[in-house]
Amino acid sequence: MSEPVLEIRDLRKSFGALKATDGVSLELRPGQIHALIGPNGAGKSTLIHQIAGSLKADSGTIRFLGQDIGGLDMAARARAGLARSFQISSLAQEFTALRNVMLAVQARQGSSFRFFRQVTGDKELIEPAMVMLERVDLAARAHVPAAELSHGERRQLEIAIALALAPKAFLFDEPMAGMGPEGSKRLTAFLDGLRQEAPMLLVEHDMDAVFALADRVSVLVYGRIIASGTVDEIRSNPEVRRAYLGEAA
Amino acid sequence: MTRETTINLVLALLLLGAPMLAASLGEPFYVTLATRIAVLALAAVGLNLALGLGGLLSFGHAAFFGLGGYVAGILATHAFNAEPLFAGIPATTSMPLIWITAVAVAGLVALPIGAISLRTSGVYFIMITLAFAQMIYYFAISWPAYGGEDGLSLSMRNAFPGVNTAKPLPYFLICYAALMAALLLFRVVEGSRFGSALQAARQNGTRLAAVGIAPFNIRLVAFAVSAMITGFAGALYADLNRFVGPSMLSWHMSGELIVLIILGGKGRLFGPVAGAMIFVFFEYVLGGITERWQFFLGLILLGIVLFARGGLLGLLSGKPRHV
Repeated sequence: MSEPVLEIRDLRKSFGALKATDGVSLELRPGQIHALIGPNGAGKSTLIHQIAGSLKADSGTIRFLGQDIGGLDMAARARAGLARSFQISSLAQEFTALRNVMLAVQARQGSSFRFFRQVTGDKELIEPAMVMLERVDLAARAHVPAAELSHGERRQLEIAIALALAPKAFLFDEPMAGMGPEGSKRLTAFLDGLRQEAPMLLVEHDMDAVFALADRVSVLVYGRIIASGTVDEIRSNPEVRRAYLGEAA
Repeated sequence: MTRETTINLVLALLLLGAPMLAASLGEPFYVTLATRIAVLALAAVGLNLALGLGGLLSFGHAAFFGLGGYVAGILATHAFNAEPLFAGIPATTSMPLIWITAVAVAGLVALPIGAISLRTSGVYFIMITLAFAQMIYYFAISWPAYGGEDGLSLSMRNAFPGVNTAKPLPYFLICYAALMAALLLFRVVEGSRFGSALQAARQNGTRLAAVGIAPFNIRLVAFAVSAMITGFAGALYADLNRFVGPSMLSWHMSGELIVLIILGGKGRLFGPVAGAMIFVFFEYVLGGITERWQFFLGLILLGIVLFARGGLLGLLSGKPRHV
């Protein structure tokens, strides 16, 4: 088997007496979509925050492409190739959709200390950004400020920004949240094709999407991974059914 | 041309035309008043880069304004007394050399101040920038070599090649050109890749970090550039008044620069110009009627903050365009 792209070992994070992450280990391998499921408050987003660098873990190691990234800040981890989306859309609200993606293109090109050339009319930024917007079906809304986009469009824009970073791994925190059945179905098909570009750690509540997409599923409950395996293994795991899936599965 | 562009053009022509007319009518006082507007606007253009584009509410920009002023004052005093500065380096009364020094000093002082202050945000950032400025203020007061509390008078204006700077109109034109150059720089930086990152840092620092651009680095450079422009204005202000004193460094001055920007329109190209015009106008007109003119300015400021967040330019030209 190939080397894991992302490897987390015994990660721990407490908020006072609450153990939000309690000895979590998991791996993300090339070509894989690894879904992270669990009930509300299980610590899924907290885990994503620690991997992306917006929260510092109390202990444990995070290795990305063979390198320990535990000491890097969020921006450095993004530059190393970790692209994330946020559970609640986090965009530059006054910028248009296009400018939001252009910012990611500019970040990837490492050219943020250019003071003179104007970005409006800069083909090196606009063309790649438009390609990404087209990929997520948002090209028609390129010139609309992020603040005026619909909820679903903002989710699409988050994905376009992540794509523009040409990352080595995706961290998607509930990309389907609030999208409606039609949007979820389209996004599921889209994410399915994305695993060839980079592996993906996917936090998602939409079980249809998870079971359709995931190569591996880990179930997080009260900060611990209680089960990890293929979709079939997780579906038939009695502990998981009791703790989380309930009657639905 | 958008409405805001038209208004900007009108303001630029008004600021140029009024003192030229006043000079031709033999009213040098109004030329000096216009010069004061241009220099204050220039200082505020500097702050507008940090505050308007970057959302960095520095309450310590008087430090850079004053430093620029003291650079001009100290260099001129040494040159007048024919004393070298230190280690035999000669002083100068050449404005271009003084400006370069003022800009460099402001930038060099801004880097450590920014590096420390930018580790905080919100109220703490305001307080730390204020604290640094007050340190420099008290340092100036307690340093008798350059006037201490009494400040430093320049016996004559510094020199600019080919221009008689002692006359009001030529000196106004120098300051006006400096203001226009700074506005051009502001517009260019705003539209550049750096400007994109800086505005994104204001709107959503987490988003900027998530694409791999560290907001701290962007803000630090913006803070330093902002200080350099304000320092340049300080040097011009010293020559305008032929005097530099600790009041240029005091927190009142920092507050005035913020007030100018809010009056005119935060983050807008000509916001500082409109703000400086209103400010100096009230200072002169209301100041002629009552010593308590700042009370009325306060009322106007209150009205703008409550009802016209975009300042005068926002009121006249509507919402800013999205790009």
